Amino acid sequence: MRRIKHLIRKIWQDCYLALIMIFLYAPIATMMVLSFNNSKSRTQWGGFTLKWYTQMFASRNIMDALYNTLLIAFLSALIATIIGTAAAIAINSMKQVPKTILMGITNIPMLNADIVTGISLMLAFIAFGISLGFKTVLISHITFNIPYVILSVMPKLKQTNRYTYEAAMDLGAGPVYAFFKVVFPDILPGVLSGFLMAFTMSLDDFIITHFTRGAGVNTLSTLIYSEVRRGIKPSMYALSTIIFASVLILLIISNFAPKKKQAN
Amino acid sequence: MSKKLLAGPYLIWMTGFIVIPLLLIVYYGLTDRTGAFTLANILSIATAEHAKALWLSLGLSLMSTVICLLLAYPLAMILRNRQMGQSSFIVFIFILPMWMNFLLRTLAWQTLLEKGGVINGILTALHLPNQNLINTPGAIILGMVYNFLPFMVLPIYNVLCKIDDNTINAARDLGANFAQTLWWIWFPLSVPGVISGITMVFVPSLTTFVISNLLGGSKILLIGNVIEQEFTKGSNWHMGSGLSLVLMAFILLSMALIAKYDKNGEGSTF
Repeated sequence: MRRIKHLIRKIWQDCYLALIMIFLYAPIATMMVLSFNNSKSRTQWGGFTLKWYTQMFASRNIMDALYNTLLIAFLSALIATIIGTAAAIAINSMKQVPKTILMGITNIPMLNADIVTGISLMLAFIAFGISLGFKTVLISHITFNIPYVILSVMPKLKQTNRYTYEAAMDLGAGPVYAFFKVVFPDILPGVLSGFLMAFTMSLDDFIITHFTRGAGVNTLSTLIYSEVRRGIKPSMYALSTIIFASVLILLIISNFAPKKKQAN
Repeated sequence: MSKKLLAGPYLIWMTGFIVIPLLLIVYYGLTDRTGAFTLANILSIATAEHAKALWLSLGLSLMSTVICLLLAYPLAMILRNRQMGQSSFIVFIFILPMWMNFLLRTLAWQTLLEKGGVINGILTALHLPNQNLINTPGAIILGMVYNFLPFMVLPIYNVLCKIDDNTINAARDLGANFAQTLWWIWFPLSVPGVISGITMVFVPSLTTFVISNLLGGSKILLIGNVIEQEFTKGSNWHMGSGLSLVLMAFILLSMALIAKYDKNGEGSTF
């Protein structure tokens, strides 16, 4: 009797998991299927085609936006990783009060609404006399990426042993040499996951880019937004499919690769 | 001591691009076009049009937060009871949509809900009458729930994983039934995650303008749409900043909630 009860409960749970899974993935799957649909209609299957993909790769706008998106994601993640890692090391060595204040500032862009962050940056750029364009989008992305780097480097720094660093110094290593030989290898997983998180966050951002971009600059998100408001074209589905596949691969690498290394 | 100097670039950057910009919003929100001090921008929230947008935003985001909580809690419990680590593939699958482009997720629902969209296509094929799905408040709630559900699942799941099995078994041994364990053990121990999840769903829902634009058409205005239009179309930045300050009051309120119930950052997502 108890076993049957247990079995029934498990079936219920599996059904629930399956339902949520369908809810989460059915819309994405629909877009993927439609990206191969020869007919423009969303309800009729007109045969398999890759023409939306060729159309997408031939589109100057989409390719420019893709280039901007990747370049901004890479540069902003890189710069944010450098500034953020340095800041994390400094914050880690501080006393309680300045530490709390700095971590508080770090949390602002994460907890604040994106729309407010976007507007405030736009106002600041105009006040500083920086014209909106590629540069301002890059600066904004670095700004909201730094906290993610700090928050993923901090836990690793807390785990490092202070004495190994001091031992290296006692043995005659300079602070910089000691850092790169002793501390850096320990925090490297945190730095890398911070970089990847910053990269994904930058790829994903729409709202802040929307307010800080100039008229001529588009990232994929802003391009999709302006295209969709004019009516969805099937090449957008092709683009979605490719973005989804890339994010999936990137996340699988970042979630599962470092774990394996640690196990070894 | 040279270590502390490493915070230099960070401090300059965060002052220039976080602190000063926020102060600018305060400045713009509290002045008029001539630069004179005024509360008119903030008080304009009371005008019929703005108040309606704010109430609608609050209503829709509260509704979607409740729905997310009701969907996410059992999901997090099931995942936790299966004893899978954070790195397990199943857990990853449920959290993955969080990392997917937000516009694409909304675009997907537009495709499903539109007049000539997939759902109506299926209804036609089944000889059922077509439904008017898009451009309704329901479509906006659906979009919010879909977009932000993983933000509710992850913090609750993280907190539930920290509950010791022995605590639950002890409650069972002492004769508590499922409902009693849920109420006296699970809920109290998961408060930090729940609060963190609620803010992570409520804040972006309250402030969104994308979901309401794409799924709600141009007729349904949320407070986010009003602010966005002040900056991109109406170009009354003072009014837009004033309304942003009102919005920030709600965000601060939810941050205070987190600080109170999640002191150790147990329910944090990252």
